[in-house]
Amino acid sequence: MKKKLISVALVSAMLIGCLSACGSSSGQGDNGKLYVYNWGEYIDEDVIEQFEEETGIDVVYDMFETNEIMFAKLAQDTSAYDVICPSDYMIQKLIEKDMIQPLNFTNIPNAKNIGDEYFKNSEVFDPGNRYSVPYCWGTVGILYNKTMVTDPVNSWDILWDPKYSGQILMQDSVRDAFMVALIKNGYSLNTTDPAEIEKATQDLIAQKPLVQAYVIDQVRDKMIGGEAALGVIYSGEAIYTVRENRDLEYVVPDEGSNIWIDSWVITKGSKNVSNAEKWIDFMCRGDIALKNFEYITYSTPNIEAQNNIEDEDIKGSKVAFPDLSTMKLEAFKYLGDSGDKLYNDAWMKVKSAN
Amino acid sequence: MKLFKNAKSAFLMASPYLVWAVIFIVVPLAMVIYYGVTDTSGAFTFDNIARISESGYFKALCRSIALAFISTVICFLLAYPLGMILASMKLTRNTYLVTLFILPMWMNFLLRTLTWMTLLEGKGVINTVLEFLHLPTINIINTSGAIVLGMVYNFLPFMILPIYNSLSRIDDNVINAARDLGADSVQTFLRITLPLSVPGIISGITMVFIPALTTFAISTMLGGSKILLIGNIIEQQFTQVYDWHLGSGLSIVLMIFILLNMIIESISDKEGGIF
Repeated sequence: MKKKLISVALVSAMLIGCLSACGSSSGQGDNGKLYVYNWGEYIDEDVIEQFEEETGIDVVYDMFETNEIMFAKLAQDTSAYDVICPSDYMIQKLIEKDMIQPLNFTNIPNAKNIGDEYFKNSEVFDPGNRYSVPYCWGTVGILYNKTMVTDPVNSWDILWDPKYSGQILMQDSVRDAFMVALIKNGYSLNTTDPAEIEKATQDLIAQKPLVQAYVIDQVRDKMIGGEAALGVIYSGEAIYTVRENRDLEYVVPDEGSNIWIDSWVITKGSKNVSNAEKWIDFMCRGDIALKNFEYITYSTPNIEAQNNIEDEDIKGSKVAFPDLSTMKLEAFKYLGDSGDKLYNDAWMKVKSAN
Repeated sequence: MKLFKNAKSAFLMASPYLVWAVIFIVVPLAMVIYYGVTDTSGAFTFDNIARISESGYFKALCRSIALAFISTVICFLLAYPLGMILASMKLTRNTYLVTLFILPMWMNFLLRTLTWMTLLEGKGVINTVLEFLHLPTINIINTSGAIVLGMVYNFLPFMILPIYNSLSRIDDNVINAARDLGADSVQTFLRITLPLSVPGIISGITMVFIPALTTFAISTMLGGSKILLIGNIIEQQFTQVYDWHLGSGLSIVLMIFILLNMIIESISDKEGGIF
């Protein structure tokens, strides 16, 4: 009997301990929680801590690798996250699928720091700028190693040159991979013409034996390590990679490329809307945007941050802040469920080809 | 009456497991089957399952079976002699040795596979050492060979342990009796040791073949996302394409192959008991 009493006492002690532990952890942020879903390696982690300290909000921070992975997770439950950072075409898809909510800009005063031209460019996927606040933007291009590539790099065609067999890194994400093949053929990167997609598919299959690997975030490390000669990469990685390995250079091919914007949006099912607004406002603060830019090196649309960049080389860098008027650039658009299916089926064909 | 009480308490004791099994095995399986035989509108269809006949998916399935088979054979050839060596050692020493084989499993499987990636890369650790010694370098990263290597490395302990277990349970007297009756060492091995270790071999094969057949992490990391296994295709349906119906349909096909594998093994298990 005594034993039983002791065990009962122990079990209840454990339960109470558990409950109070849970209780204290959820009450830690005095001002509740905030669930953030962002790209991997897309923020200076100190900024999250600083946000928690200044606001008393407890941040739960998760990361994704492609827009499609983010969508699949959010489609299950739009209340799983409060604030997310998808790209242009995915924001359009989220608006059309009624998965995000319009923002109340009176609660995001720092949005004034974002340059007007970026809001104007956002109109393509977010008409009237009702849903999104730009966070980073850039182009997609070829990063190459000057010691390994002797030819001039100014065309996507070089990614089909057998000379560089096994030295090419392609993006492992459907729209980015197809963008390369479509533009190489002179098509729009938003085409839904099955014949044009088929031609791009055949090109990607023909390219496959030359490709070392289909990767996303690893392009950066593999290029720095000299594992490959040519890689398709976002402009934001260029400053960092060139700083780490001086043999590397970033080029946007003459045929044109993709211009993209990643923006903060608030989910439809968000349970912490005012915290999410505080987060977006915080991200738009000049000093925070600058801190993030210096850490992740993705071009910031924040004018105050741009003006305060100390390194003159980076401030004047054509890679970070290119002259858009001289380039042929096109933004991705959401192509509807039928367009998505065309691309997904074609991508499956490429990936399962021998 | 007493029996009833026992059965009731037995049921009570088992209930946590039953709850567990229902929540984490029965419900997910039912969901996979439901999604697998319906389309987006919820109507019944066999299309998702039938799509395995599409050349891309079918090729991936064949490739998965081939690579899993090769890995299982290699694991067996490596594990059996090792199991015999371990079993022939003194008990006090071999617990320490067995721990050595389990030790790598204490570290996360993804991390270990990632390590192989950096080891095998063109300018990775192995090639740097080979170059330093003026030896020819190896180039197997992003090939089927690298995937098989990853499978063998990760699943080898699952072959060693059951084989070691069944071998160490064989009574020395049985082997001594065979020798007394005039069997030489080859005969003793073929007619005593091998048949008695069949249960271990069979559970070893199951524990290697099935995870190798269904893996997607190893092929993504060591195959550079270039070599698609059926596991990768299913994973992409769920994470990238967001087509749960097709993903579930293909999972059902894969489950059929796993069931077939288990049926063949249970039959050979019975036969193994005979000879």
